[in-house]
Amino acid sequence: MAMLQVAEPTAAVGPVVPRLFRVRGRRRETRDTITVDLQAVAPADESGFTPGQFNMLYIFGTGEVPISISGDPGRVDFLAHTVRAVGAVTQSLAAMKRGALVGVRGPFGTSWPVEAAEGSDVVIVGGGIGLAPLRPVLYRLLARREKFGRIVLLYGARTPGDLLYVRELERWRSRMDLDVEVTVDAAAGSWRGNVGVVTTLIPRAPFDPASSVALVCGPEVMMRFTVRELQARGVRDDRMFLSMERNMKCGVGQCGHCQYGPFFICRDGPVFPYGQIAPFFRVREI
Amino acid sequence: MQPGAHAVIDLAGFGQVLDLLRASGYRLIGPVRRDGAIVYDEISSAADLPAGWTEEQGPGTYRLQRRNDGALFGYATAPDSWKRALHPPVLRLWQGRRVNGDLQVADEPDDAGPRAFIGVRACDLHAIAIQDRVFLAGQYADPAYKARSENVFIVAVNCGQAGGTCFCLSMGTGPKATMGFDLALTEIVDGGHRFLVEVGTARGAEILDGVPHRPADGADGEAAAQVVAKAAAQMGRSLDTRDIKDLLYRNLEHPRWQEVAARCLTCGNCTMVCPTCFCTTVEDATDLAGDHAERWRRWGSCFSLEFSYVHGGSIRASAASRYRQWLTHKLATWIDQFGTSGCVGCGRCITWCPVGIDITEEVRAIRETSAAMAGAGKEEHRADA
Amino acid sequence: MQTLEPVLAAHPFFKDLKPEHLQVLVGCASNVRFDGGQYIFKEGEEADTFYLIRHGTVALEMAVPARGGVTVQTINEGDVLGWSWLFPPYRWHFDARATELTRAIALDGKCLRDKCEEDHNLGYELVKRFAQIIELRLQATRLQLLDIYGHAPGR
Repeated sequence: MAMLQVAEPTAAVGPVVPRLFRVRGRRRETRDTITVDLQAVAPADESGFTPGQFNMLYIFGTGEVPISISGDPGRVDFLAHTVRAVGAVTQSLAAMKRGALVGVRGPFGTSWPVEAAEGSDVVIVGGGIGLAPLRPVLYRLLARREKFGRIVLLYGARTPGDLLYVRELERWRSRMDLDVEVTVDAAAGSWRGNVGVVTTLIPRAPFDPASSVALVCGPEVMMRFTVRELQARGVRDDRMFLSMERNMKCGVGQCGHCQYGPFFICRDGPVFPYGQIAPFFRVREI
Repeated sequence: MQPGAHAVIDLAGFGQVLDLLRASGYRLIGPVRRDGAIVYDEISSAADLPAGWTEEQGPGTYRLQRRNDGALFGYATAPDSWKRALHPPVLRLWQGRRVNGDLQVADEPDDAGPRAFIGVRACDLHAIAIQDRVFLAGQYADPAYKARSENVFIVAVNCGQAGGTCFCLSMGTGPKATMGFDLALTEIVDGGHRFLVEVGTARGAEILDGVPHRPADGADGEAAAQVVAKAAAQMGRSLDTRDIKDLLYRNLEHPRWQEVAARCLTCGNCTMVCPTCFCTTVEDATDLAGDHAERWRRWGSCFSLEFSYVHGGSIRASAASRYRQWLTHKLATWIDQFGTSGCVGCGRCITWCPVGIDITEEVRAIRETSAAMAGAGKEEHRADA
Repeated sequence: MQTLEPVLAAHPFFKDLKPEHLQVLVGCASNVRFDGGQYIFKEGEEADTFYLIRHGTVALEMAVPARGGVTVQTINEGDVLGWSWLFPPYRWHFDARATELTRAIALDGKCLRDKCEEDHNLGYELVKRFAQIIELRLQATRLQLLDIYGHAPGR
């Protein structure tokens, strides 16, 4: 079986100075999370991206944060970012009205190995807001559905109210060529889906471990246990891909903040084959 | 004169080298005595150099002392390195203005201009080469660093004495300059104050041709070799770099990290004085009216809690993890990242550590107990089986 | 009449169980079905059965005043429901409710307890399998306690 590699970063325009974008649309996903669609002020500043990449989003005078691109990679006329309001910058972002200006640097980083996964089953495991950088890969897979084996999406969130992209999840669930399992940690009332952490979905998910590629994104604890379950199913370390996260300032491997062992997550990641980062994956405070 | 050629100039000739560099449009940056230390700053002539001064260095100790001769370069490393000139501690990256609801963002002009660095030591030449790799060799060249490094004339100086914390010999970076200079001087005080000059580049040759000099004879070469040999012989520290990357990767959980953390104040001094530490942080600011915004880049330090902050807390909360990050980056992960060690053996981190933590001692401690630990692990394993 | 032996043997929980042990289990087994919304057991009731889920989904609920039934876990095809029958005082700790049409094999716990006392090999085999289920559920519960999705910083 061919060795899979993450796709190399594509060139980012203007790595130092942000390009100007405007908020074209916004959708509330959950209590604290919104998706903003950003459109370049100057058409020349439009840029494509590959699934898994991120941008540095700048709010005038407030600051800058790394946010995954969560939209359809087939659309170059706008960039979608799903933002959880947890700090000063993300709160400002989440509160932005249509027409507001946002600075964008990027796209930065490696991508999910979509082309390399052709002919394989694809297992996508997302936890919490970790579904955001996985959504573009689903768009990409579904756009060329016939190229892949079974496609399984396993998604876990805290409660039904914390689920992202609910309408899309429903649409995807109704497709015959896609297996979607959603689970929450606790549910009351009308929830009729699974309850339990996302790792409990892995043992019974319908995929062939020997020919599968797994794409995983979520909090590190969730990814640690997901890796363990995938290994138990027989998925190989070099066919599991994780999206990692650390503090980031520059986006191009020069500020040093996002170091993870020998890697700069902004440049060598955020998407890594698990086999590559395994020596550091369980080292505390690395 | 050709690159590789040698010549001899006297004290007056050295002064003329500086004058000619200035006349050729270079701003001179060189060592001056200030605030009880040697620092690098703008100079106008050889008269600004700290003639007759040396320093005493040790773990946590730095003190200027008088020499009993008039040597211009009779000291080892300054607390400053040339990093300050190429990778400024504070730098505005851009500024933006809100105009009628729109936003205009302007790039920062870089205006360092031609500069001549006077008195660059071999370790610092290697440090500059290492930072060149960090900022220029990747997919994106840092524009600020590029602008500052492009037009620099380097006058190197071979060390005539080792500082109290130096270990360049074991790092293969000194005490003699072997690369990266336009002119390299060896200062010979005994038997007539003079400099043996090695030409490194055509533009170095051009400058040397413009001042009075005489060909170097065997005695000059011998005297210069003795100067460097004396520095090498004085060096009191060494760092064993054999297998260092794997040694440290194998010992990420070594108890020594906890021991050194009990002393480490996580002040970040070592990262500030290190000539290769390149990490930065950025700050975004606005004026009170909110119409004008600026982004500033500052030297950062992996010893700060903010450095690894993600929402909810810092990844490296313990001092042990932050010291480990610094040392393993310098000596191990740097090799994977840039194909070279991040340490040049200048000893600044030892001198300027308030509690005198010695990087060579830390590596030695890990090396000496690494094998023993592996053995203990096996014992345990056998006991389990 | 068709026996339940092949059905038991095919269920993941009894994978590779010795035929003589399967024989014993068949004697305590019966087919059951629950409609969506139907309670299988309720907290505090006597726990005298466990279920191998063949099809459908079961929610383990705790009734919380003012919040209704809070689901703490769901159990699906191939899973096992219930271990309170193994330990005194043999009472259920949760409500179990089928959330859709659910088919299962019910095993008479009382009958099995006696048989396990008689045949410790069978008892050990069963307890080992239940211990593994308990371990998996405990790990999952620990992750739920950690609230692992709570902090996915920045993204």
